[in-house]
Amino acid sequence: MSSLALNTGPCLDDGPDWSFELLENYQQQIARVAALYKLDTYPNQIEVITAEQMMDAYSSIGMPLGYNHWSYGKKFIQTEQHYKRGYMGLAYEIVINANPCIAYLMEENTLPMQALVIAHACYGHNSFFKNNYLFRTWTDASSIIDYLVFAKNYVSRCEEKYGISAVEDFLDSCHALMNYGVDRYKRPQKISMEEEQKRQEEREAFLQSQVNALWRTVPGKAQNATTVSHFPEEPQENILYFIEKHAPLLHPWQRELVRIVRKIAQYFYPQKQTQVMNEGWATFWHYTLLQHLYAEGRVSDRFMLEILHSHTNVVLQPEYNSKFYSGLNPYALGFAMFTDLKRICEQPTAEDKSWFPELAGSNWLETLHFAMQNFKDESFISQYLSPKVIRDFRLFAITDDSKVANLEVAAIHNAEGYQQIRQLLSAQYNLSQLEPNIQVQQVNINTDRALTLRYIPHNGIPLADNMQEVLRHLHRLWGFEVRLEQQDNLGNITLLASCQS
Amino acid sequence: MAHFIDRRLNGKNKSAVNRQRFIRRYKQQIKQAVSDAISKRSVTDLNSGESISIPARDIKEPFFHQGKGGKRDRVHPGNDQFSPGDKIARPQGEAAGNGKGDASQDGEGNDDFVFAISKDEYLDLLFEDLALPDLKQNQLDKLVQYKNVRSGYRAEGIPANIDIVRSLRGSLARRIAMTAAKKQQLKDAEQQLAEQEKLAVPDELQRRALTKQIAELKQKIAAVPFIDSFDLRFRNYQKRPEPTSKAVMFCLMDVSGSMDQATKEMAKRFYILLYLFLSRTYKNVEVVYIRHHTQAKEVDEQEFFYSQETGGTIVSSALKLMLDIVQKRYNPQEWNIYAAQASDGDNWAEDSAPCAKLLAEQLLPLLRYYAYIEITPRAHQSLWEQYQQLLASHQNLAIQHIREVSDIYPVFRELFKKQAA
Repeated sequence: MSSLALNTGPCLDDGPDWSFELLENYQQQIARVAALYKLDTYPNQIEVITAEQMMDAYSSIGMPLGYNHWSYGKKFIQTEQHYKRGYMGLAYEIVINANPCIAYLMEENTLPMQALVIAHACYGHNSFFKNNYLFRTWTDASSIIDYLVFAKNYVSRCEEKYGISAVEDFLDSCHALMNYGVDRYKRPQKISMEEEQKRQEEREAFLQSQVNALWRTVPGKAQNATTVSHFPEEPQENILYFIEKHAPLLHPWQRELVRIVRKIAQYFYPQKQTQVMNEGWATFWHYTLLQHLYAEGRVSDRFMLEILHSHTNVVLQPEYNSKFYSGLNPYALGFAMFTDLKRICEQPTAEDKSWFPELAGSNWLETLHFAMQNFKDESFISQYLSPKVIRDFRLFAITDDSKVANLEVAAIHNAEGYQQIRQLLSAQYNLSQLEPNIQVQQVNINTDRALTLRYIPHNGIPLADNMQEVLRHLHRLWGFEVRLEQQDNLGNITLLASCQS
Repeated sequence: MAHFIDRRLNGKNKSAVNRQRFIRRYKQQIKQAVSDAISKRSVTDLNSGESISIPARDIKEPFFHQGKGGKRDRVHPGNDQFSPGDKIARPQGEAAGNGKGDASQDGEGNDDFVFAISKDEYLDLLFEDLALPDLKQNQLDKLVQYKNVRSGYRAEGIPANIDIVRSLRGSLARRIAMTAAKKQQLKDAEQQLAEQEKLAVPDELQRRALTKQIAELKQKIAAVPFIDSFDLRFRNYQKRPEPTSKAVMFCLMDVSGSMDQATKEMAKRFYILLYLFLSRTYKNVEVVYIRHHTQAKEVDEQEFFYSQETGGTIVSSALKLMLDIVQKRYNPQEWNIYAAQASDGDNWAEDSAPCAKLLAEQLLPLLRYYAYIEITPRAHQSLWEQYQQLLASHQNLAIQHIREVSDIYPVFRELFKKQAA
C-alpha cells in the first residue's frame, strides 16, 4: 500500500509478551519508517506504567503532575469505580504535549499493542503537537512541565500559608470559570518556570498597584471620571484574565492562582479544538507505519492480525440507532478523512476533481502534512470533508428546534445535502458555538462596583439553570455584586441572574 | 530519538492526596453515611470497608453551559431511512436520537455518587474523635513488656555477638596506625641502600647498618598482630519497655427469658464496635463471652448470641465468674482488660447491691474500662441505680442507656469520646 520504497528485513519477534529490548527494536523500526514519511517529532520519552498509575494519570487530566485539589480526587474515584466494575477499559496510552513528548504505555498491553501505541502516540500525536498551528501558537511544549511544577509548588505554598480550605474554595471558583480563562484571539505569552518565578513577585506588586489605581477612591480630576465611565471599554471574553487584573479585593496570591488556572486552561484549549484531527492523524499513522513494516516483512502475520483487530475497534462508528452510539467517533471520522484525502490525491474520481481541484493528483504526503499543520477540527471539516466520506458514514443532519413539535431531517448524504452536512458538521466542532458566549460587559467602577456579564445566545439556546451557582463562584472572586444578563437577537436585554454580597 | 523509562515501581498512589482531599471535603456527608451504615449493615461484615453514597448535587462542579431549548443542528451517522424534510417525533427523555443532550453535558447524571472507602478509612471515620478513656498513670506503668532492641556496639561481650565487619575494620585501622611510620622508615632505608648499591665503591659500614635497620623494621612490622582483643566489637542490646499489646474483652450478657433476640442483636452490635475499636489499639484482642441467667457460664460466640435460656437473673454470678477467669487466665499485669455488660436491666432485686460491691471492690481496680449498657425502652431498675452510685468514685466505669438500634453508635461515641484536655 505504501508509495515509498520498501526496505525489507528480518521479521521481528512478535511476542506476545513484550520486553524492553523488543520495544526498543520496534521503536527503532517505527522511527525509521516515520522518518520516511517526514514525520517531524519532539524526542520521545516513553514510560511504562501500571493500570493504577494509569488511573492516576487519568484523574489529573493527563497532566504528569498537577496541584492538589479535591476534584482530581473525585475524578480518580470515579475512574477507579468504573474500571473496577468493568464499565470502562483504560486507554492504551496517554500522551502529553511536552518536549520531550511523554507517552505512557500500560504494562498490561501485549507487544503488538505496545507497538501500536508507540506508532500512534510517539509518532502520530507527537508530530501533531509539534506541527499543528494551534499547538505552536498556544502552547509551549518545552516549558509546560516546568510550569506545572511551579503551579504545584505555588499552590502548596499557599496552602501552608493561608490554609487548605481557603485555597481549595478559591480554586473551586476559578475552576467554575475555567472555560472562560482562555484568549481565543490574542497570542499568549510563553510560560516557563524560571521566568515565572522571577517575575511573579514583581507582578504581584505591580498588579496590586494597577488595581489600586483603578479603584482609587480619592477623587482625581473630574475629567478622569468621565473617560473611564464605561469600563471595560470593550467587552472582555477572558473572564479569568479580567478578574486577575481588575478584581478589587483579591490578595496577590489569589491573583496568582487565577493566573495558574487560566494558564492551564489555555494549555488545554488547542486539544479541545483538534480532537478529530489529532486522533485521526495519529490513527492514520499507526495504520500506515505498521502496514509499511508489514509490507517490508518485518512484522509477522500474527502481529498484524492483532493490530488490525485493535485498529478496527478504534475506528468503529456505531450508527445512530445503535445502543452503543454516543455521537461521532473522532478516531473514525478523522481516520476516514485523512485516508480519503490520500485517496483523493492518488486516485481522484471525477467528483473529487470537481470538489477538490487543487488536491486531486497532488503529492499526498505534502497535502496531508499541510492539512495537519494549518487547520483545526472546524476548518478541517469545512475544507476537506468529501462527499465520499459523507456517503460512507451515511451522515444526515437533524434540526431540533424547541419551538417546533417535531425534529426535522435537514440534509442527508445526497448531492443536495453534501454542502449543508459539511457546514453543519463543521459548526458542530466550533467551540464558540458549543460554549455559551459570555463576556464581561460592564463594571460600575464609580458606584457599587457591580460586575455585569452578558450572554448572547446562539440560535436561541438558553443557558443551563445552574448559572446561579456559577455566579456565586464569580461573586467570590469579584467580591461585589455580579449580574448576568442576556441579549436576544433583537437587542433586548434581560437580567438572567444576579448574586449580591 | 526515544528512550524508555520503567515507571512501574514508582508509587502508584499519586492521587492519594487528592483522594484524601475529596474525603476531607465531604467528611460531613461521609460521616453521615458511615453512621447510617452501622445500623443498617449486617454485623458480620463490619470488618470490611464501606460503600459511601453522596448525593450527586452536593459534589457538582458548576460551569456555564447550554441548556435545553433553542435550535440545534446535529449530524449523525448511519442514515437508513430518512430523506430531507422528514419529520420525526421528538424522542422522550434523553434518547439516543438527541445525541449530545443535557445529560452528557452535565458530565454526570443524577445518580448518587457512590464510592468505596477502605476498611481503614471506614474505621477512621467511624472512630474519629474517639479515644480510650483516661487511664491512671500507675496502670499504664504496670503494663509493660520488655523487648530486646539493638543499640550500637560495645567493646565487651560474648563471642556470639561479635560483629565481624566492625571488628575487622578496627583491626585494619589499628594496623595502619601502628605500621605507617615504620613502613615510611623502611621505604627510606631501602632507598638509601639501593643508592649505596649503585655506588662504585659502596660504604660497607653504612650498607651493613642499613641492612640491619631494614631487617629490624621488617620484624617490627610483622610483629603487629592481625587481630587484637582490642579490635573486637560486640553488638549491643538493650531492653526497651513496651506497653503490652495484649487485651482481653469480656462480653457479659443476660440471657434470661426477658432478653429477646432483637435486644441481643443490639448488644452484639455494641460488642462488635467495641471489638473493632480495641483492635485498632491492641494487636491481639481476645474475647471472653460470659452469659448468665441465675448462673453464669463461659461460652463461645455462637452460643452466646443465639441460644435461648429462660429463668431469673442474677448478675453477680457473671461478675464472679469474670473475676475468676481474670485471676486464672488474665494477669492484670500483662493484659489490658475491658468489659462490656449488656442487659435489659432486670436483676433479682436482692442481687443489685452485691453486684455493685463486687464491681467496685474487686473488679474495677483490675479493669481498664467497664461499660454497662442497658437496652430497654422501660424505666431503669435497681441495677442501674446501684451502678450510678459508683460513677462518681470510679473513672473507668461508664453506663449508658440504649433504646433502639440507631442509638448504638451515638452511645458508643458518647462512651469513648475524647475527653477535653
